[in-house]
Amino acid sequence: MKSFEPKIIGLFCNWCTYLAADLAGVSRMQYAPNLRIVRVMCSGRIHPEHVLWAFENGADGVLIGGCHPGDCHYIEGNFKNLRRYLLLKRLLKQFGIDERRLRLEWISASEADKLRRVVDEFTETLRELGPFAQEAPLFQAAESPSPIQKSTLGMKEED
Amino acid sequence: MAGRNGDLPRIGVYVCHCGTNIGGKVNVPEVVAFARTLPNVVVAREYKYMCSDPGQLLIKEDIQKLNINRVIVASCSPHLHEHTFRKATLEGGQNPYLFHMANIREHVSWVTDDPEKATEKAKAIIEAAVYRIQFHEPLESKQVPVNPDVLIVGGGIAGITAALTLANAGKKVYLVERESSIGGHMAKFDKTFPTLDCASCILTPKMTAVKDHPNIQLITYAEVLEVDGYVGNFTVKVKKKPRYVIEDRCIGCYVCVENCVYKTPKYPSEFDEGIGLRKPIYIPFPQAVPLVAVIDPETCIEFKSGRCPKKCQQACREVVGRDAIDFTQKEEILEIQVGAIVLATGFQTFDASRIPEYGYGRYPNVYTSLEIERLVNSSGPTGGEIVLRDGRKPRSVGIIHCVGSRDRNFNPWCSRVCCMYSLKLAHLVRERTGAEVYNFYIDMRTPGKGYEEFYEKLLHEGVHFIRGKVAEVTDWTINPEEAGRLVIRVEDSLIGVVRRIPVDMVILSVGLEPRADAEELRRLFNISCSAEGWFLERHPKLAPVSTYTDGVFIAGACQGPKDIPDTVAQAGAAAGEVLSLVDRGFIELEPNIAVIDARKCSGCHVCIALCPYSAISFNETENVAQINEALCKGCGVCVGACPSRAIHQQLFKDEQIMAEIEGLLMVE
Repeated sequence: MKSFEPKIIGLFCNWCTYLAADLAGVSRMQYAPNLRIVRVMCSGRIHPEHVLWAFENGADGVLIGGCHPGDCHYIEGNFKNLRRYLLLKRLLKQFGIDERRLRLEWISASEADKLRRVVDEFTETLRELGPFAQEAPLFQAAESPSPIQKSTLGMKEED
Repeated sequence: MAGRNGDLPRIGVYVCHCGTNIGGKVNVPEVVAFARTLPNVVVAREYKYMCSDPGQLLIKEDIQKLNINRVIVASCSPHLHEHTFRKATLEGGQNPYLFHMANIREHVSWVTDDPEKATEKAKAIIEAAVYRIQFHEPLESKQVPVNPDVLIVGGGIAGITAALTLANAGKKVYLVERESSIGGHMAKFDKTFPTLDCASCILTPKMTAVKDHPNIQLITYAEVLEVDGYVGNFTVKVKKKPRYVIEDRCIGCYVCVENCVYKTPKYPSEFDEGIGLRKPIYIPFPQAVPLVAVIDPETCIEFKSGRCPKKCQQACREVVGRDAIDFTQKEEILEIQVGAIVLATGFQTFDASRIPEYGYGRYPNVYTSLEIERLVNSSGPTGGEIVLRDGRKPRSVGIIHCVGSRDRNFNPWCSRVCCMYSLKLAHLVRERTGAEVYNFYIDMRTPGKGYEEFYEKLLHEGVHFIRGKVAEVTDWTINPEEAGRLVIRVEDSLIGVVRRIPVDMVILSVGLEPRADAEELRRLFNISCSAEGWFLERHPKLAPVSTYTDGVFIAGACQGPKDIPDTVAQAGAAAGEVLSLVDRGFIELEPNIAVIDARKCSGCHVCIALCPYSAISFNETENVAQINEALCKGCGVCVGACPSRAIHQQLFKDEQIMAEIEGLLMVE
């Protein structure tokens, strides 16, 4: 049997953490291939539902990356994100989901090495936690509360 | 099925090999074959370099011949080439925002060890792009006018060069300098390497030109306090510190300085690195621009006790008739409007006392290189005479390279200028004193036009070169030859012997490091720093003077250690970038703004309090929130908070983000 490889969705802000990931590339740092990145302009844009949607669709962990406090490109979006993150952590626990599956890190544009470390660490943590589907099988089976249905499936049916 | 915009999505996927950068790791043909199986993908192609003309032509031709209406390029970071491919999409005849970039170089091929895993990750990112782009819609970018005026922060050679270039092009320039005179570090030097031309002879005319230029407003003894706004339209608050001398009235005649109650200078002069002394009222150096006196309230008796006879003021009033001294002067806040900003805030030198074994601060005859610059300077405190603290001439001098540089305990980087300025100082010391000069170096680094030749010349001037990192400087002597002198202990790594070299004077070639307050400044201007603390350029090769904050440019040693020629070149480049920005007259803003659907808005006010730019207001008659497009910067904070889902962010709609997440998770 193939060993379990967790899938991580990274929700990264355009100005700090996304650039740190770019810098990790330019510096040819090697890190776990488990991370898949979605770019948003500011971590403050991230809606709790984006995180839940990721879990629902098969993510084993979600990594939110933003600028350090005080460094936000949009003044204080990262603080807005922090508030939602803390609340969401509590919500996850109520769903029976290990809160370690959601992680928030402040990673500036120059901290490629921190990004590498965090991704490798997080991958290890998720390996230990095992697949999300085992932990919360009902969560993924539930009907999506999202305003969009599974986008492409819907389209194929209509075709 | 019809797409969200009424048209059927016809997607073209273009996977770039980027030479071997992507192709060497990711199995591109496999990825392309996979892309062909994805929904609504009409065509998937691979090409060696998608950013090249033939690569872009593939996109344009497919748009025209195959009616492609969604374009995905899987290549490098959108920060590098998003603009290139949006333009290609536009030139092909489609709206440029019907494009999406899949980053499979920085985020995949360059960071993944295993080719198989890299290929799978690339597939996932492309699938995500295919899912996402179904929800893209045509957008129009907004144009806003650009204020052609420019702010330059820092009046060293970088700031001076940029200011003159821009002012000569007819732009209004505000040059803000923290010290009471412009000139920066270069004004302190005597000679410059490798041509040995006199620093002030080439700098002073430029400083004067700044002062006399009708397009330059020089604001010295001032610091930037606040920066507001965005590219093309910045509002900057500048704090002008009180110098207690009215600038417009002072003619720099020194009468006040001569009449100060202190008959002789008593306090260490900042400009002379503490080697020379000054009075509480002083002009930092004779070529200062503006040539205006300044009073230091920390040392002036009037400020300390209020009981000074104020002879300086009396002399200015009665002898000169200018009445320029004003003890009641207060700090002033100026507000200026500019379209672009150049940061040229320079560097500071490494604090040599951090290496106690070199004895700086403990042995009087251990100097930093900057102190020696003042000592050899003909307008310095000794008139250019190189003497020890007790006035004797040194018979032998040791110059220690790489102090604080290339050292894991301190700064790991090479400061780039120290080898060359050490050679210059070796030449000057040898020429003026005839002393034996020893250079202690780790590696000799002389890349630059005429630099290696200068080193070659020094080798024939009788200067000694000893390869090895100095262990310590000590006054613990063991033989009569060493008595009363300093001993440099070093392993000469070319002959493998530990040597003791007795000298009279030690010069520590201190490295360059970011200014102590670079971090505060960076935050003020909303730019990034490298891990070491240097201001971060947008791209190390292709955009060396731009930053990730549009309209803010960097020049000179604030970006990293560099010598005068490189600094001047960068200042010119920054001026060029500013011109290309402001001369266009307008800028196009990303259409990633937030939009409120009034039908869904419940009027709860949540978004209004969250917006960092006060771009959202409440429409009392309609009972809904409304966004001022001109003020929205597109962060999306309101979108993430709206409980009614009434706000969306263009280019980052929920459907787009969630479709992307879904796509990323489809590939195992």
